[in-house]
Amino acid sequence: MKPLRRFLDSLEPTFKEGKLKPLFPLYEAADTFLYTPADVTAGPSHVRDAMDLKRMMITVVVALTPCILMAMYNTGLQANLALQQLVEAGSISQPEAIGWRAAVLDGLHFGYDPGSLLGNILHGALYFIPVYLVTQLAGGFCEVLFASVRKHEINEGFLVTGLLFPLTLPPTIPLWQVAVGIMFGVVMGKEVFGGVGKNFLNPALTARAFLYFAYPAHMSGDSIWVAVDGLTSATPLGAMATAPVALAEGAASVPVAANMQVVTQGLGISWSEAFLGTIPGSMGETSALCCLIGALILIGTGIGSWRIMVAVVTGGFFSALFFWSLRGQSDNPMFQMSPWWHLVTGGFAFGLVFMATDPVSAAMTETGKWIYGILIGVVTTLVRVINPGYAEGIMLAILLGNVFAPLIDHFVVQANIKRRIARRAG
Amino acid sequence: MLEHHLSLFFTAIFEENLALAFFLGMCTFLAVSKDVNTAMGLGVAVIVIQTITVPVNCVIYQYLLKENALNWTGISALQGTDLQFLGLISYIGTIAAMVQILEMALDRFFPPLYHALGIFLPLITVNCAILGGTLFMVERDYTPLEALNFGFSGGLGWAMAIAALAGIREKLKYSDVPDGLKGLGITFITVGLMAMAFMAFAGIDI
Repeated sequence: MKPLRRFLDSLEPTFKEGKLKPLFPLYEAADTFLYTPADVTAGPSHVRDAMDLKRMMITVVVALTPCILMAMYNTGLQANLALQQLVEAGSISQPEAIGWRAAVLDGLHFGYDPGSLLGNILHGALYFIPVYLVTQLAGGFCEVLFASVRKHEINEGFLVTGLLFPLTLPPTIPLWQVAVGIMFGVVMGKEVFGGVGKNFLNPALTARAFLYFAYPAHMSGDSIWVAVDGLTSATPLGAMATAPVALAEGAASVPVAANMQVVTQGLGISWSEAFLGTIPGSMGETSALCCLIGALILIGTGIGSWRIMVAVVTGGFFSALFFWSLRGQSDNPMFQMSPWWHLVTGGFAFGLVFMATDPVSAAMTETGKWIYGILIGVVTTLVRVINPGYAEGIMLAILLGNVFAPLIDHFVVQANIKRRIARRAG
Repeated sequence: MLEHHLSLFFTAIFEENLALAFFLGMCTFLAVSKDVNTAMGLGVAVIVIQTITVPVNCVIYQYLLKENALNWTGISALQGTDLQFLGLISYIGTIAAMVQILEMALDRFFPPLYHALGIFLPLITVNCAILGGTLFMVERDYTPLEALNFGFSGGLGWAMAIAALAGIREKLKYSDVPDGLKGLGITFITVGLMAMAFMAFAGIDI
């Protein structure tokens, strides 16, 4: 490793004083990525931990790896399955991926067999990798620009944002929208507040919410979740929300929607498939299992707050249980969805593990984390069940949680001050 | 009935938030949101005033000003009168009077609350969110009960928004905002991002 260190040291003057001075943040980022900085604290507090910001962010990237692999596998699997069905139905003569991807797949002699693990991953990668690259290029450009002009350092915060964002997108999203979205997220969600650690909203979610409201046609609906031209395939949440309403047997007047079992059988998915993630949806969000692995890594290393995760699950589960217990009295099909289905469908698992626990935008106090998490869980269910406008609620629920997090912290701190004054007086 | 009122309640708080969707009451919203406690005080004052003035104005509108509103008197000379041209002046008069009465009542019976609200009570007489609430009531032709619900939930939405903004602004003290955006600039961006988060319940229908 010595030559690498020497090489970096030999470059330092060029970036510190020489011609490339404006790009010093880039050099600094690469240097501290590879080596722990040699800086020592000069002030009065001498708390040092090997787990600095950079190591923390890299751990999140590691925890995301199962989700990324699953994202590629499932995107490919869904596309291949859909193509197979179309061929069997006779509507197309032979399977073909969209545009240039077909040429790549043919060139590599990978077929469209949904049973082939590698074939699925490759097919999915042809959708995920371009989105990822565009995110890194467009977002990274803004990041470096701001870092150079405003003289702050670049760190791995963007690596995480730049991974989370593509995972929340549908596979068919146009690449220019990816660029517009991530630029909005990075600039408006983070850089105008001064960069990593100074924002109040999660930048990846800001970017996604921006796209969601700006280009609803490309971010919601049934035709975007499977990467095959002209095919509509609903996500379980979307299908449930529009489930047909019929009179239940025996019930005289109250119309009751087709229950969960009927809808999921119609879609051909079981709970375990939803848990494993082989269902249509945004690229990275479908697999609750991969999110669970990520959650274990985050909790084990002490990076993600288990309090927030437990609180979101609790809030979501019990509010879903409440609506489910009223299922006999409403013609709203979402009342039929049982709490355990709520946990594995949509982006619930992904959002609660990777987005809600973002240490910057979440509540900081321990009591505050419980309140913040429960708020997110409950709002998610509320949006899913009683708001027919949106099939999915976790994205906006977390943003709402981010907005109220500072206020929650404020009250927790005030209550603590009051308690201590009372204790001292007594 | 209950569902209709719940729907009205959530819509007034989130989708049609007076501050974040209609940008009403902006002067106080931006000026008094630097500190959470002050913001909460103003928020409570707005909730109280809205809950009183919107239903009162609703009764005035429904039974005095609206076209044919005076038919209930049974006096033939008053049949079919339309006094809507007196609308604005009556509403503003009501708001000013209500604020004054409330202020005196608080001073007499709840001095701590009176001192907590302080200058904000007289100040919100001229807050456009208050008049806005009444004008929405007129435009949507609410019944007095709906007006009571709308007054309370509209005020609550405004109060939640200003409290959340104050919390965020206290947190943003530690941010490193570019010089050109410091102060109101970054506050407007913050409010815009908050408005996006408040869209969670847009299109709600219970």
